[in-house]
Amino acid sequence: MPTIEQRIRDYLNENLPFAPSEALDPDESLFDAGVLDSIGVMGLVSWLEREFDIIVDDNDVVPENIDGIRVLVSFVEGKLSEAGLGG
Amino acid sequence: MIRFESLLARAARRDPSRIALVTQHVRATYADFDAAASRFAAGLVGSGFAHGERCVILADNRFETAVAIFGTLRAGGIFSVINPMTKADKLAFVLNDCEAAVLVTQASLLGVARNAAKQVPSLRRIVVIDAVDEADGPSWHAFMTGAADLAPGPPRGIDIDLAMLVYTSGSTGRPKGVMMTHRNMVFAATSITTYLESRSDDVVLSVLPLAFDYGLYQLLMCVMCGSTLVLERSFAFPQNILPLLSSEGVTGFPLVPTMAALILQLRSFDPAWARSVRYLTNTAAALPPAHIARLRSLFSHARVFSMYGQTESKRCTYLPPEQLEQRPDSVGIAIPGTEVWVADDDGKPVAANVIGELVVRGGHVMQGYWNNEEATRRALRPGRYPWEKVLHTGDLFRIDDEGYCYFVARKDDMIKSRGEKVSPKEIENVLYALPGVSEAIVVGVPDAMLGQALKAFIVRSADSSISARDVIAHCAARLEDFMTPRLIEFRDALPKTSTGKIRRAALQAEVENREIPPE
Repeated sequence: MPTIEQRIRDYLNENLPFAPSEALDPDESLFDAGVLDSIGVMGLVSWLEREFDIIVDDNDVVPENIDGIRVLVSFVEGKLSEAGLGG
Repeated sequence: MIRFESLLARAARRDPSRIALVTQHVRATYADFDAAASRFAAGLVGSGFAHGERCVILADNRFETAVAIFGTLRAGGIFSVINPMTKADKLAFVLNDCEAAVLVTQASLLGVARNAAKQVPSLRRIVVIDAVDEADGPSWHAFMTGAADLAPGPPRGIDIDLAMLVYTSGSTGRPKGVMMTHRNMVFAATSITTYLESRSDDVVLSVLPLAFDYGLYQLLMCVMCGSTLVLERSFAFPQNILPLLSSEGVTGFPLVPTMAALILQLRSFDPAWARSVRYLTNTAAALPPAHIARLRSLFSHARVFSMYGQTESKRCTYLPPEQLEQRPDSVGIAIPGTEVWVADDDGKPVAANVIGELVVRGGHVMQGYWNNEEATRRALRPGRYPWEKVLHTGDLFRIDDEGYCYFVARKDDMIKSRGEKVSPKEIENVLYALPGVSEAIVVGVPDAMLGQALKAFIVRSADSSISARDVIAHCAARLEDFMTPRLIEFRDALPKTSTGKIRRAALQAEVENREIPPE
C-alpha cells in the first residue's frame, strides 16, 4: 500500500495540471506554487473524503490543513486516528 | 471637473481616521492611504516620471497596489494593474504595448518581472514592494522615502486625461488596453454607486483581483464614497474569508458565479456571517436561477444585483433587485445616466424581443484601445452627434416588451470561464508552439462551476506521442491559470470548412450536445 504522502502526491500529479513536474517540497505552499486554486481545493477535499473515507468539515478547509503536502498528510493522519483507523 | 485621485484627498479631508483599507497585514485610515499615495507620487516625479507616462503594477491585492494606483494618478500618470498570474512573455507584450516607464511588483513575482523587463526598452525602473535584500533592486521603502514632497499646486492634469489602461483578452489573441479617462471612471463609479445606494458607512469585502475591472472598481467606489474596503487575495479558503463578513461588519459583497457556487456548497454556513450584508452583486456571467434563490435565503437581509458589463464601458446594465423574482434570467436595464439598445447589422435599433447586438451610449464608454486603431474602429462607431462614439459590445441580446435586457450569446468566439473573458485564439497560439501539435482548437464546455470549462481538441503530428499532461504543462507555463485548458482530447482529424479552416462552430456544438450547424 503506498503511503498517505505518496497517494496525495499521485493525486496532485494526476489531477492538478499545475503541479510542477519536479517533486514538490513538502513544506511548500501549494497555493503560492500555483498548484491549488479555489476549484482545485474543492476537488482535493472531495477526493480526500473518498480516498481515505473521512469527513472533511468546512471548518477544516483552511490553509493550516490543506496548503502543503506535509500539513495534508498530518491532517489525514489526524482524521484517521480520530476515527480509530490510524496507526 | 474631477480627477479621480482628488476623491482620495477629499475622503481624507472629510474623515481622516475612517478606515479605508483592511488587508491581511494593514489596516489603513484615509489619512494613511492619502499620505502614502502622495509619497508614491513624489517618488515617481522625483525619478523623472513625466505627465502621461505609464506605471504598470504587477502585484497581489494589497495596500501597496492601491497606493501605487492613486500615487500614479497624483503624479499625472496612467496606471495599469496586471494580473499577478501573468507570465513573462505576456507581461513583456503589455509593457511594450503601453511603453511602460515604471513597473511596480513584489518579491515573489520578481523573476517574471525581470524576465519581461529584459525585453522592454522603455522601462526605466522596477520598484519591488517587499524586496528582501538590496539584490532585489530598489525597495518600496527607499522609493517612498527617497524623494522630496511634491510642491503644493494644481493637480497634474485635467479630467479628460487618460487615467488607466485595463488589458483585456482580444479575439485575435493579443491583449488590448482599454483606455479610460478620469472622467470615464468618475462617471462609471457615480452611476454604479447610485443604483447600489452606496454610503460612507459601507464596508465592502472584495476577493476579486484589482487587475479585473470589477475588483478595481470596488476600490474606486469605496474611495469615492469614503467607505471601507476589506481586500483579500482569493476565495480559495472560503472558511477564512466568510467570517470577515461579520467581524468587519461587511455591508457589500461582490461575487462572481464561481464564488457563489463555492458558498452554496458549504455544509456549515454560519447565519451570523450574513447579518450585516445589505447587498450582493454578481457579474461576469449569469447566476443560475437556483443559485440566486439559495443565495437569497442565506443572505436574507441582502438585495441581490444581477449585472452585465464589459471592460470597454465598465458596466452596461443592472437588474433592480425587486425584479429578480419576476425575471431571474434578465440582466436588467441601462445603468443610471446611460442608454442601451439592440441593433441590427446596420446599427439600427430593432423591435422588442428581436435578437441583435447590444449597443451602449454614455460617459462610461472607453476612449478606444491603446495603440490599436483597427479594433477601436470595430468597437466604437459613430453615435447620435458628430463628436460622439457608441460602444458595439459584440454581445447578442434581446430586450423584452418592458425594456429588460437578456444576454443571448457572444458574436465572436470569446469564451467566459471563471468570470474571465478568454480568447481561444490566444490559447491556440500557445498550443501551436508545442512541438507535436499539428492542429488545435479550443472551445468552451458548459460547466456548472466555471461557466465554461476550456477544452482543447488536438491532432498530433505523425511522429508525436505528447500526452494531455504535456499539453497542460506547456500551457500552464505560458498562460494565466484561468486560460489553461484542463480538458484535452486528441483526435485523428478535426472537422474543416470547404476552405480548409477548422470548424470551431461544429466542435462548440458538439460539446454543448447541440445539433451540429451546417457550414
